[in-house]
Amino acid sequence: MAWRPEREYRPAPPGAIGDVSQSLPWLHRLAAREDFWRLAVLVALALVWEGYGRWLDDDLLFPTFSQTVAALWTATVSGVLPLRTLASLETLAMGYAGGVALAAILTTFATSTRIGAALLTTLTAMFNPLPAIALLPLALLWFGLGTPSLVFVITHSVLWAVALNAHAGFRSVGPTLRKAGHTFGLTGWRYVAGILVPAAFPSILSGLKMGWAFAWRTLIAAELVFGASSSGGGLGWFIFEHRNQLLIAEVFAGLLTVIAIGLVVESLVFGTIERRTLDRWGMRR
Amino acid sequence: MSALPSSARRGEPMPSAGTASPLLAVRDVTIQYRTPDRLVTAVYDVSFDVLKGDRFVLLGPSGCGKSTLLGAVAGFLHPAAGTITLDGREVRDPGPDRMVVFQEFDQLLPWKTVRANVAYPMITSGRFDRRTALERADAFIAKVGLSAFADSHPHTLSGGMKQRVAIARALALEPAMLLMDEPFAALDALTRRKMQGELNELWEDTRFTLLFVTHSIEEAIVIGNRILVMTPHPGQVRAELDASGLGEADRGTPAFAQLERRIHGMLFGEAHG
Ligand SMILES: Nc1ncnc2c1ncn2[C@@H]1O[C@H](COP(=O)(O)OP(=O)(O)OP(=O)(O)O)[C@@H](O)[C@H]1O
Ligand SMILES: [Mg+2]
Repeated sequence: MAWRPEREYRPAPPGAIGDVSQSLPWLHRLAAREDFWRLAVLVALALVWEGYGRWLDDDLLFPTFSQTVAALWTATVSGVLPLRTLASLETLAMGYAGGVALAAILTTFATSTRIGAALLTTLTAMFNPLPAIALLPLALLWFGLGTPSLVFVITHSVLWAVALNAHAGFRSVGPTLRKAGHTFGLTGWRYVAGILVPAAFPSILSGLKMGWAFAWRTLIAAELVFGASSSGGGLGWFIFEHRNQLLIAEVFAGLLTVIAIGLVVESLVFGTIERRTLDRWGMRR
Repeated sequence: MSALPSSARRGEPMPSAGTASPLLAVRDVTIQYRTPDRLVTAVYDVSFDVLKGDRFVLLGPSGCGKSTLLGAVAGFLHPAAGTITLDGREVRDPGPDRMVVFQEFDQLLPWKTVRANVAYPMITSGRFDRRTALERADAFIAKVGLSAFADSHPHTLSGGMKQRVAIARALALEPAMLLMDEPFAALDALTRRKMQGELNELWEDTRFTLLFVTHSIEEAIVIGNRILVMTPHPGQVRAELDASGLGEADRGTPAFAQLERRIHGMLFGEAHG
């Protein structure tokens, strides 16, 4: 081996290197944002839709994006669409809240007792694969036509997804965090609320998201099935009604509203929660 | 700087007064694990006393039951035989009078900032009101040199910094006893050595009572004033040694090396099996 001299250097003092963490130019920051790219995808999809609609040129089968937006505007201004949307959201909120509350009770019971865990896993295995809509005929029999039946099926669709995810999340909380919680003297619900819930938050949140999607889906489907006979009627009924009158642009407007609400809730509500919690805590998987 | 002379210099009461009743008394403790198909004895008939202000080290080879014993003192496990009493009361459950610092870095609550992590057990245990807890949190974070990171979340800290936060969290609560299970084992050698020094400085500062688990002989001598040497599986007491004269600064001295050799002989066997 050739002889090499030893060397010692004098590293630059901390002040001399300048700003160690510099902010990037706005274009780079924009390109790093997920919502920017999602918006780009949405614009592209709208353009493709418009182009295809114009090329097909058949209002009855496939109205263009601009026709749909026009129909959306008219229906919104006339107050029909907001009314229907509000009716849907109200039912949805009730069913969702009911499902989440029941899931919370069931999961707490499952984490504290063995029989509770068995109950939860068995019930989930039984009912989770059962499409909520399949319960609708029974619900109609029990609760009659109207909101209670809808709330019942929505609750069913939310409950199992949320409970299953929350329970799996609780069980995956590591032994060190559990022990840490116990050395703090936390027991019972204070332990659940102080340690288990935040530690299992990624799972709980994904359960809530899944539950939300299931609820929304179930609601629209249920309204389409028997919306015709309920007096108030929601978005599903709005779609159904206009299809019967062959006002297809309005049908598309109704569907677009369903999608838009889904997107808004997903990116604004859940997205904000995720940024405020999982990202800040370094828990996003 | 070794512990005894400095304590004498400051004119504080000597930690081991000989006649004083022990803070922690472990008497004839046997601990077993019940697995689906067998009953494993992890610790067999262990007795020792920890006095107030002790830095008591449990030392032994991997798998000898150190963590098990510490877990029993913490209240996570219950002895199959024997008793563990703290201040005359039998230990039954985990509690904030025996704060534990674990080896794993994930013992901090990732959803809380460093300050909130340190303050949290002080608040939940009801021992301090919110304001005092936050003030104390800041003081102890400063003690471990992390003031600049008080508002950071744990996932942005290095392993050594996380252990410092865990130590600050435990000390700020003023527990009757601080339990540490190989808190520096997952750190690199350089950081580990620095943390050993810091722990000794903190002890000089606040004089907590420490029960410390390690499988490093050197670490045991540097940290401890009393060393319980345990035998391999199942863990029994091989010896209880005095290391009060030896600390940080004595690394490499003949006395240090001699004690090191003596313990080494006990652990890895001289003549007897
Ligand atoms: N959960 C468990 N179930 C069954 N046996 C266990 C369990 N935990 C530990 N043991 C047994 O108890 C013995 C002591 O384990 P313990 O974790 O206390 O060792 P340790 O001295 O802390 O070792 P290390 O230095 O590697 O951490 C081991 O030999 C192991 O076989
Ligand atoms: Mg261990």
